[in-house]
Amino acid sequence: MKNTISVFLKYRYLLYNLISRDIKVKYRRSILGIIWSILNPLLMMLVMTAVFSRVFKFNIPNFPVYYLSGSIIWGFFSESTSTSLSSVLGASSLIKKVYIPKYIFPLEKVFFSFVNLLFSIIALIFILIVTKTPVTFTILLFPIPLIYVFIFSLGISMFLAAATVYFRDIIHLYTVILTAWMYFTPIFYPVSILENWQWLLNFNPLYHYIAYFRDILMYNTVPSVATNLYCIGYALVSVVIGLAVFKKLQRNFILYL
Amino acid sequence: MDSIIEVKNVTMNFNLSKEKVDSIKEYIIKLLKRQLHFEKFVALDNVSFEINKGDVFGIVGLNGAGKSTILKVVSGILAPSEGSVSIKGSIAPLIELGAGFDMDLTARENVFLNGTVLGYSPDFLREKYDDIINFAELQNFQDVAVKNFSSGMVARLAFAIATVITPDILIVDEILSVGDYLFQEKCERRINDMMQSGTTVIIVSHSISQIERLCNRVMWLEKGHIKMIGKTQEVCDCYKNL
Repeated sequence: MKNTISVFLKYRYLLYNLISRDIKVKYRRSILGIIWSILNPLLMMLVMTAVFSRVFKFNIPNFPVYYLSGSIIWGFFSESTSTSLSSVLGASSLIKKVYIPKYIFPLEKVFFSFVNLLFSIIALIFILIVTKTPVTFTILLFPIPLIYVFIFSLGISMFLAAATVYFRDIIHLYTVILTAWMYFTPIFYPVSILENWQWLLNFNPLYHYIAYFRDILMYNTVPSVATNLYCIGYALVSVVIGLAVFKKLQRNFILYL
Repeated sequence: MDSIIEVKNVTMNFNLSKEKVDSIKEYIIKLLKRQLHFEKFVALDNVSFEINKGDVFGIVGLNGAGKSTILKVVSGILAPSEGSVSIKGSIAPLIELGAGFDMDLTARENVFLNGTVLGYSPDFLREKYDDIINFAELQNFQDVAVKNFSSGMVARLAFAIATVITPDILIVDEILSVGDYLFQEKCERRINDMMQSGTTVIIVSHSISQIERLCNRVMWLEKGHIKMIGKTQEVCDCYKNL
């Protein structure tokens, strides 16, 4: 344990450099550069608002904030897990030649997505101001759902990164799973649509994280203990399983890369 | 003499199964058909040796003898299938130069990226940055993307980064064959300097004259077994008479 911590401390600079590398490479040669991180969610929100409140006529008050708060959380989860998925494979040239703790790679992708999430939050704040959404002190709780969803995504990412080394099919399968999962998460439709499925919805961790975020942001309520327990429970189960699987499988990664 | 590297009964097996099973469907089908046998390839078979502090240890052998595998096991890249390796001190592995480079980044950015891959701190790298660039002779190319470099330039930069510290153990795999002869001489001088200051060096090379010039002990590997281990002259003489 002590050894693990000292190794992590030694490689924390690498983690930092890999994240900044990803940011640099992502925006290299684009004129607006990092501004895209803020602009992108805003533009997406405009499109979705046009489609769903004008065309489909969903009756959701304050749709821009409703959509953006959901899509930010979902976007973080889907981006972090799907990039982590191939992170170990992508680093194969490095893993074969230098000793590096391998969990750095999925961890780095999750952190990178988290940086993107923070930029999207700027867009969200902008929209909160523009739509004159009344906010109260509950908004100060915003780091809590972010931490929950971070831990949850980290666990899933670790699991996927390790499993993909052995079964490449997961790359293709996971895209489908993510799409199905997205439609089963109330991001752009009201929760009331799934009234009869509420029991099933409780098994969707993302539903809880998004509901938590919206509660403190739009509805000015402090989420109940039960909601918190759901959130913590899913995050812990995910991260424990993810780390255990990764730890068990990482030893033979190099033979399958 | 205290040993700095102790390799005990190390066996390394690779899975050589001709059809690599990469998908769940295949896996299940093969499992049901009981075809999931692993064709074992033994790259190292019960290899044990010790290297003392300050040794310059050469490894010779034909292609496929397990030289690179033993280096990877010692530097922690590969976990041995059986046996154990104990290391006291820091290792700088020069196994393949430029492994951690991102071709889209500039030389300057790669110094910091690759440096942290090797476990150096950013403060240390900032302090040594000019040394690295000067040694690699890339003063005019600091902000050029590495993908535009010639292979010699990449190798020079990589060597300069990897050897900026004086490690306890330096592992050198065939890399001295890169660059022009002037740069090769420069690399050899730097390795010599390290040896003077007490660094333990492991060298793999096909150039017997290089081994004879640098090493004090040599191990001869053949098909994963130790064929001979001992003083440079004895082992090299036998190896040359092969």
